[in-house]
Amino acid sequence: MSTRVIGEVILDIKNISLSFGGVKALTDISFNVREHEIRAIIGPNGAGKSSMLNCINGVYTPQQGSITFRGRSFSHMNSRQVAEMGVARTFQNLALFKGMSVLDNIMTGRNLQMKANLFQQAIRFGAAEREEIAQREFVERIIDFLEIQAFRKTPVGRLPYGLQKRVDLGRALAMEPTVLLLDEPMAGMNVEEKQDMCRFVLDVNDEFGTTIVLIEHDMGVVMDISDRVVVLDYGKKIGDGTPGEVRANPDVISAYLGTSH
Amino acid sequence: MPKIVVATTTWRQSSNYIARLSAAAVGHALETTQVQTTFPRLLLEHAQKHGAAPALREKEYGIWQALSWADLATLVRELACGLAGAGLQRGQHIVIVGDNRPRLHATMLAAQSLGAVPIPLYQDAVAAEYVFPLNNAEVAMAVVEDQEQVDKMVEVRAQCPQLAHIWYDDPRGLRHYDTPGLAPLDALVESGRERNARQPKFFDEQVERGHGGDVAAMFFTSGTTGNPKGVVHTHYSLIDRAAAGARFDKLGEREEVLAYLPPAWIGQNIFSYAQWLVCGYVVNCPESASTVTIDLKEIGPTYYFAPPRIFEGLLTTVMIRMEDAGALKKWMFQRAMALARRVGPALIDERLAGGQPRHAKPVGALDRLRYAVGNLLVYGPLRNSLGLSRVRVAYTAGEAIGPDLFRFYRAIGINLKQLYGSTETAVFVCLQPDHEAHADTVGVPIEGVQIRLADSGEILVKTPGLLKEYYKNPAATAEVLSADGWYHTGDAGFLDASGHLKIIDRAKDVGRLKGGAHDGAMFAPKYVENKLKFFPFVKEAVAFGDQRELACAFVNIDMEAVGNWAERRNLPYAGYADLAGKAEVYELIGECVRKVNADLAADALLAGSQIHRFLILHKELDADDGELTRTRKVKRGFIAERYKPLVDALYAGLASQYIETPVSFEDGRKGVVSAELKIRDVEVFPAVKAAA
Repeated sequence: MSTRVIGEVILDIKNISLSFGGVKALTDISFNVREHEIRAIIGPNGAGKSSMLNCINGVYTPQQGSITFRGRSFSHMNSRQVAEMGVARTFQNLALFKGMSVLDNIMTGRNLQMKANLFQQAIRFGAAEREEIAQREFVERIIDFLEIQAFRKTPVGRLPYGLQKRVDLGRALAMEPTVLLLDEPMAGMNVEEKQDMCRFVLDVNDEFGTTIVLIEHDMGVVMDISDRVVVLDYGKKIGDGTPGEVRANPDVISAYLGTSH
Repeated sequence: MPKIVVATTTWRQSSNYIARLSAAAVGHALETTQVQTTFPRLLLEHAQKHGAAPALREKEYGIWQALSWADLATLVRELACGLAGAGLQRGQHIVIVGDNRPRLHATMLAAQSLGAVPIPLYQDAVAAEYVFPLNNAEVAMAVVEDQEQVDKMVEVRAQCPQLAHIWYDDPRGLRHYDTPGLAPLDALVESGRERNARQPKFFDEQVERGHGGDVAAMFFTSGTTGNPKGVVHTHYSLIDRAAAGARFDKLGEREEVLAYLPPAWIGQNIFSYAQWLVCGYVVNCPESASTVTIDLKEIGPTYYFAPPRIFEGLLTTVMIRMEDAGALKKWMFQRAMALARRVGPALIDERLAGGQPRHAKPVGALDRLRYAVGNLLVYGPLRNSLGLSRVRVAYTAGEAIGPDLFRFYRAIGINLKQLYGSTETAVFVCLQPDHEAHADTVGVPIEGVQIRLADSGEILVKTPGLLKEYYKNPAATAEVLSADGWYHTGDAGFLDASGHLKIIDRAKDVGRLKGGAHDGAMFAPKYVENKLKFFPFVKEAVAFGDQRELACAFVNIDMEAVGNWAERRNLPYAGYADLAGKAEVYELIGECVRKVNADLAADALLAGSQIHRFLILHKELDADDGELTRTRKVKRGFIAERYKPLVDALYAGLASQYIETPVSFEDGRKGVVSAELKIRDVEVFPAVKAAA
């Protein structure tokens, strides 16, 4: 059975505007994300890509517009509530616990699933122990999925950058998200690491049916793996459609891809 | 006159010698190992005798998961029924491609149960390399590990239209493949389960029909020239050698083995398959190729094989970590290692010989006490950190191992030994007894093995483990297998005074000296070059002497090692050529050559190969200039041609020679380097033991 059937609109972004004082980060942005699709947000530096992701993620609250997730609007929610609704993200500048092992880092992604209270968790007794074993099993599946078995016990700070990115993805996956937000998952990687990461993103989308929204600079990657692409420039939407349509859009060509294309 | 040497044991081939010998040596696991047995029968015996005991372990999701002999037997039964249902017939071939995975092990057994012939292929080969074996053996079925292997099989399908079925163990990434004939291994097991329920006697009848003389497996040799050759082995040849090796090292069902080498290599098949089924020990499959060192530590194997480069890699990791260690640890390590080098090998020989002193000069009581302290503080923890603390028997083979490297492992108490054999001989020809492990020999012929030297110096072998034939290649078979059953190894060597086999070189590279004191003596260039290369200062060496009166050599210094050495001595140098030409460096290398000569003189046969004169080349030998092969083997003939003035100068007795050499730079530019090279004489020794 294939999970790669693009479904209904799961995330609907309507007329979002966000400004910091006099700086308009986003102006009247609307687009939607369908279930199971890979949706890319592209644009030159400072176009507002990360701000857009932060709005979806509940880190920023836009001054105008609404974000509807599975029929529920959450323009005024904090990031924990968003996480509980099934939205997970990775970070452009990696926000991992450098001194902790790969295993422990991914375990933190299971935090929302843990029901035992602080006292039980501290002494690792009874329900807390059972719970931890169950969560560990889940984490092991992620480790297996991401092929990082050799680094299970290695402190994250000692790993090369490409692997740290993979751990970051692992921690987001540990939340069993419905929607996964990836902030430049391939930035700073060499060609081989990029290929690996592409494969993982496609596999996540395919095997778990996770909807993916990603910001990416690498045009090749975006055009290859995305179903639909939205293009931002100076906080405004200038294009939206399949990679083919976006590639042919004259506004996009002049703003981002350059006239030589 | 050819010399015939019979193995140290007096056991000759006879119909039941295995059964007679085994009881005392290995215990009940081997008792039933009759000559007529097959691998599937061995499996069923284990399942019956100790069905609940683990047969295979695989680390999955961070936990070692065991598969018992009984469960394995059930899996094999179902797989066999499934394969039969798919049309696999007695005598047909099936390829198996992947890492060491329990279900691929089971597939080998399932195919053998039906009398079919499994062919493991190298999992890291590119797709094109599978075309020849698939077509040569008319393979219609393949069982592979994962998507990577499936992709390769699909790629070659156009060239191998008979390949009808491909099953995969790991479904990841394969859910959208709609290639005809592609199915998960689970489906095969499922269909087999149904068939087994309908015909519960089918499997047992099939196993009953098998005989020891049936073909058990085929291994394709890599073949540097031309097409690979399929080496055909019977159940008998593999089981006989596996059992002989097991008796030699007293292996039993309590051994733990880590299966991490490619299954297509016969050594892996012997250590993790043939001996596994003969002895009934546990084979552990690592989590992935990158976790092998971690898994090694967790499993702590008792029986271990690795090629020299792996032992070298392990030692390098230790040395690098010691560099970062604190001053106290460093001091302890250095003190302990100095002591271990001095007395360690003698102590381990003594321990393994059952307490009998093995050396002329016994180790003093104080040194024994020191070693015991060292063992507690350094050697023990070191063995543990290498993952080798439980190793009872460790082997290395495949290429020459440096004496220092070899002695390091012996010195810290690891029973590292060497063996000699090849795909064609089902591995075990010669093995080193526990207390007679030397860096420069490969052991004594084990039971059943006869060794003879041809006039050319080539080693001829007769053993029950010989290949049946090269598949569909009678010409190649006739070339290596004489009518009276001797196998031509292609290696030149001899048996030394203590009955150990010493390999010198590939037979075709061995030359003869002509004229002078050693007229007609054997000249073994690679043997000499290897001895030189064991010194860290020597990167490459090229020895000349065939059809000459005496041997001379070119030496390439190791820039890093010699550069470091020079810096410690405040010896300034401008670059490679400058360093290579320094008088001090000539002294240093001259001393290495002198030591090699002293060593060579200890062997009457090789005394003539001592290096009389040498020079240090002004440039590094390079594959880009055609001087080395891509696998870094020196092309002796080409080098002799290219540097003819230098070779002539060596033999003309000149003190120096001017040379201009064209070179290609890495960016493709061509240039010329020129230099005036010094030539030095080296002391040579008379061919007696005393010289060493």
